[in-house]
Amino acid sequence: MPAVSKGDGMRGLAVFISDIRNCKSKEAEIKRINKELANIRSKFKGDKALDGYSKKKYVCKLLFIFLLGHDIDFGHMEAVNLLSSNKYTEKQIGYLFISVLVNSNSELIRLINNAIKNDLSSRNPTFMCLALHCIANVGSREMAEAFASEIPRILVAGDTMDSVKQSAALCLLRLYKTSPDLVLMGEWTSRVVHLLNDQHMGVVTAAISLITCLSQKNPDEFKTCVSLAVSRLSRIVSSASTDLQDYTYYFVPAPWLSCKLLRLLQCYPPPEDGAVKGRLVECLETILNKAQEPPKSKKVQHSNAKNAILFEAISLIIHYDSEPNLLVRACNQLGQFLQHRETNLRYLALESMCTLASSEFSHEAVKTHIETVINALKTERDVSVRQRAADLLYAMCDRSNAKQIVAEMLSYLETADYSIREEMVLKVAILAEKYAVDYSWYVDTILNLIRIAGDYVSEEVWYRVIQIVINRDDVQGYAAKTVFEALQAPACHENMVKVGGYILGEFGNLIAGDPRSSPLVQFNLLHSKFHLCSVPTRALLLSAYIKFINLFPETKATIQEVLRCDSQIRNSDVELQQRAVEYLKLSSIASTDVLATVLEEMPPFPERESSILAKLKKKKGPGAVSVTELEDSKREGGELNGGGDRGQDTATMAASNASTPSPSADLLGIRSTAPLGAAPASAGSLLVDVFSEAGPTAPSAAVNDDGFLRDLEQPTETSDSLLVEGSGDLDSAPPSEDPAPPLSEADDLLNKFVCKNNGVLFENQLLQIGIKSEYRQNLGRMYLFYGNKTSVQFASFTTTVSCPGELQSQLNVQTKPVEPLVEGGAQIQQVLNIECLTDFSDAPLLNIKFRYGGALQNLTLKLPVTINKFFQPTEMTSHDFFQRWKQLSQPQQEAQKIFKANNSMDTEVLKAKLLGLGTALLDNVDPNPENYVCAGVIQTKSQQVGCLLRLEPNAQAQVQHTDSPERVSHNYSSIPNFLHYLSPYSVNI
Amino acid sequence: MQFMLLFSRQGKLRLQKWYVPLSDKERKKISRDLVQTILARKPKMCSFLEWRDLKIVYKRYASLYFCCAVEDQDNELITLEIIHRYVELLDKYFGSVCELDIIFNFEKAYFILDEFLLGGEAQETSKKNVLKAIEQADLLQEVRIFLYHQVAEPIREIDCQLDSSWSRAATK
Repeated sequence: MPAVSKGDGMRGLAVFISDIRNCKSKEAEIKRINKELANIRSKFKGDKALDGYSKKKYVCKLLFIFLLGHDIDFGHMEAVNLLSSNKYTEKQIGYLFISVLVNSNSELIRLINNAIKNDLSSRNPTFMCLALHCIANVGSREMAEAFASEIPRILVAGDTMDSVKQSAALCLLRLYKTSPDLVLMGEWTSRVVHLLNDQHMGVVTAAISLITCLSQKNPDEFKTCVSLAVSRLSRIVSSASTDLQDYTYYFVPAPWLSCKLLRLLQCYPPPEDGAVKGRLVECLETILNKAQEPPKSKKVQHSNAKNAILFEAISLIIHYDSEPNLLVRACNQLGQFLQHRETNLRYLALESMCTLASSEFSHEAVKTHIETVINALKTERDVSVRQRAADLLYAMCDRSNAKQIVAEMLSYLETADYSIREEMVLKVAILAEKYAVDYSWYVDTILNLIRIAGDYVSEEVWYRVIQIVINRDDVQGYAAKTVFEALQAPACHENMVKVGGYILGEFGNLIAGDPRSSPLVQFNLLHSKFHLCSVPTRALLLSAYIKFINLFPETKATIQEVLRCDSQIRNSDVELQQRAVEYLKLSSIASTDVLATVLEEMPPFPERESSILAKLKKKKGPGAVSVTELEDSKREGGELNGGGDRGQDTATMAASNASTPSPSADLLGIRSTAPLGAAPASAGSLLVDVFSEAGPTAPSAAVNDDGFLRDLEQPTETSDSLLVEGSGDLDSAPPSEDPAPPLSEADDLLNKFVCKNNGVLFENQLLQIGIKSEYRQNLGRMYLFYGNKTSVQFASFTTTVSCPGELQSQLNVQTKPVEPLVEGGAQIQQVLNIECLTDFSDAPLLNIKFRYGGALQNLTLKLPVTINKFFQPTEMTSHDFFQRWKQLSQPQQEAQKIFKANNSMDTEVLKAKLLGLGTALLDNVDPNPENYVCAGVIQTKSQQVGCLLRLEPNAQAQVQHTDSPERVSHNYSSIPNFLHYLSPYSVNI
Repeated sequence: MQFMLLFSRQGKLRLQKWYVPLSDKERKKISRDLVQTILARKPKMCSFLEWRDLKIVYKRYASLYFCCAVEDQDNELITLEIIHRYVELLDKYFGSVCELDIIFNFEKAYFILDEFLLGGEAQETSKKNVLKAIEQADLLQEVRIFLYHQVAEPIREIDCQLDSSWSRAATK
């Protein structure tokens, strides 16, 4: 207990807080809280009317409990009652409770608004301030509706007290931020601007925040504020440190107000009036001069306040970007800070210099600091400072220093923090491309990038290097030679194999003259990597092989031998098998001329903005990139992957290009996300089955026996249909009529996605939510696309992803908030990063709230994240399979389910479903060819669990029979569970 | 400013003020993540970090961390001094404030904050004026607050750069 207490006010509260603090365990705390809640509830419900003091005390206790993190579901009414108390303290606690625990119960809101209305008209400044604070703290739309017209009146009325004006200004700002449509400009606007001249510094400080926000949205109506702001700033800057009395902070006159004034000026271009501009330049010079003066105090508060103004002034100078003299001075000042002993200043100097680097006047001045910045990248101990240094190097890079900067960034990459590697890789790739004078340097850089940080090299990066090599014939020979050398390394990254396969397949002939890289040597080198690669890379290599047959007829026999072998032509992966069969056939029946035409060198790609750049913009968060840019990047990706007009080999190459390094676990996902071009038809049609949910009648017809030739004849048609596959799929989903479906429907929505990764999760008349996801080992990434189907803006659009209950410890889902406004017809994207920590059975919840017209829309869906998404397919022989199968005989290791087929049991549909499940479909394992056998490993962070599956269709009885033993000995509970719900939907038989 | 959090070295939230509409769940998640992130940082590291789409500005005073989340265009250094001014206000009001003062008189900590910052913006930066407003309010009630500074370690800057109010606290 506290040693000293003045009086005995709310002693019960102090005792309660003490009790909580003395609780030894979480359980004890919860017990004590429950006891208190029961007590308070009985007091509130009791027959005896409570006096104001007791009510205040109990409401305060409830507030304390809520702030500890517990839920409070009563007491709101008592708090509202306190609002109308005549005693200040009771009123104050009532308002505090409402501010913290606001509840959109309409009945209460009406009562609260009434109480606020009374206090606002009370003419008692303390009561008025309390009411205004409450509005500003809650800031709900209901309050905006009630008070948005009243507050401007209070703000500009002649007889309003200063303190009330201050609260009113910021209260109005909050309402304007939440409901700009309800705060109407009027004759008060010009009077608000004149508050900049107010005698009371506090009023100016509060009002300027409001003015800045209003100016950003209505620059013309507020432009008179510029000259007022300049003269106010000038007066502050030139004042002696004691002039402003209590507004001087550690010898710095009015630092907060100065910063806000400089910030307001950044909403406008430089003043046109010469006198005003002259005065402003004078201010800026004075601020820069003061930075050179000796400090008036050794306290960090003094230098922080002074430098806060300095940095804001530099921001303004950069914003104007028209005063070379000031820009260079700013740069020199920041240069001094780069070596300052305060980490904070070094950080801010690096950040601020980034923007200076993009000005033509100061770019050269920034460049002079290159050595210091490189040194910072190498030696700073704080990763956030190193990140700033890397950003600055990127910003200051130009043709003259590109080689040095790229080399430094590459060497930093070897030790860089994992969190920033992907961004660094993109930046290096962009700089290398942008400033490449000779493209051999470019090729070297990208290959180095793959060597050093292969895991972080995204598709966009290696697509881009291929694009550039294809388009520039002066670099093709060099590229072929370099990849050939890079592939010699005993362990090389799969991305390197992809680039190597592609480039040698196109340009291997350019180095074939050298006996050390003769055709057969090239082929053997590539093929030596084949078995280590994932399915998509293997598919790419097969395409490279058929290109070899055309380039080097002498390799034909060897390659045909490879294609013919069982592991290719009977490969359980339908894509690989298809390629092997078709390429083998093509090489045997087509004449040389036909081969040469079909396998002609890739035509140049049309010039376009780098897709990497788009990717970097995307990484910078949703705020930094507009929807159109995102769409551009998507479209680009499509074109890059060989839009439909380039013939079959382009498309097959492209199909494999589209892969991530992930194994076939998400093969189906990959196929659907990448525009396939003219991919082999049967694979294509299978895909359509899985995603269109069309049922089993259509698909078998689509399996095309002469698919390959048909592709050749109608490449565009095929590719078109596949290109639109994503959106077609979106359209085919049945629109739900309910604006906000109850949670119970969410299960059905969820189950649609057990075997697929993309499609429409939800749709109603207003909103469509599309999903694209990919998984790799225990990690996943999900892209949610929220499309506004109406022509009206959605406001306050927020989405929340949560993991209820024990799921919280089983699954880790991270995301960033989305933009709060979705324009009519627009689509916004949200990325979720998912990590499977351990076995789980529930699905995470996605809650979406927005306002359409005035009405709040609120819906909750289940996100289709199921344990099978973390399957890694496993190949095994019949012998291995049954050996393991037999070892799994204990009851908890095995689950069996017999269920009736919902539809006819079509082989292709079944196979697609099973592949969609994420397991490998094993051929020639089960002695009964009717049965399907699958194997996979579920990857979680804590463990890996093998899983075997047999599906035994019984055509006569239309019954299926699934067995699923697991390889681990202990109980792995969710597998049978998910099989259970999986079966009727995904296997769909 | 989007929100302000005060938490102890043990990661216990002592005060939370949200200036943007967020669900309770979202708030809990943000607090949890951010507290973890900041507690994992070493003492001499920079006071600023990028976190999600926000800039985080934080400073430790004795056992308490003060942490603000501001938007991209906001000034980090001035935010740091907002924190300091708030600490000064608490210190002046409670008389060398300590963590226990804020625990037991949490409602006062909120009232002082509301006088100083409103809607995430500085409302009144003069220490005198803020305290005057609070004292006037206190006059309307019987002054009954508990003071704990004599039993607990006062909040004080860890780098020992004490200003007048701190040195006063130190001499007590």
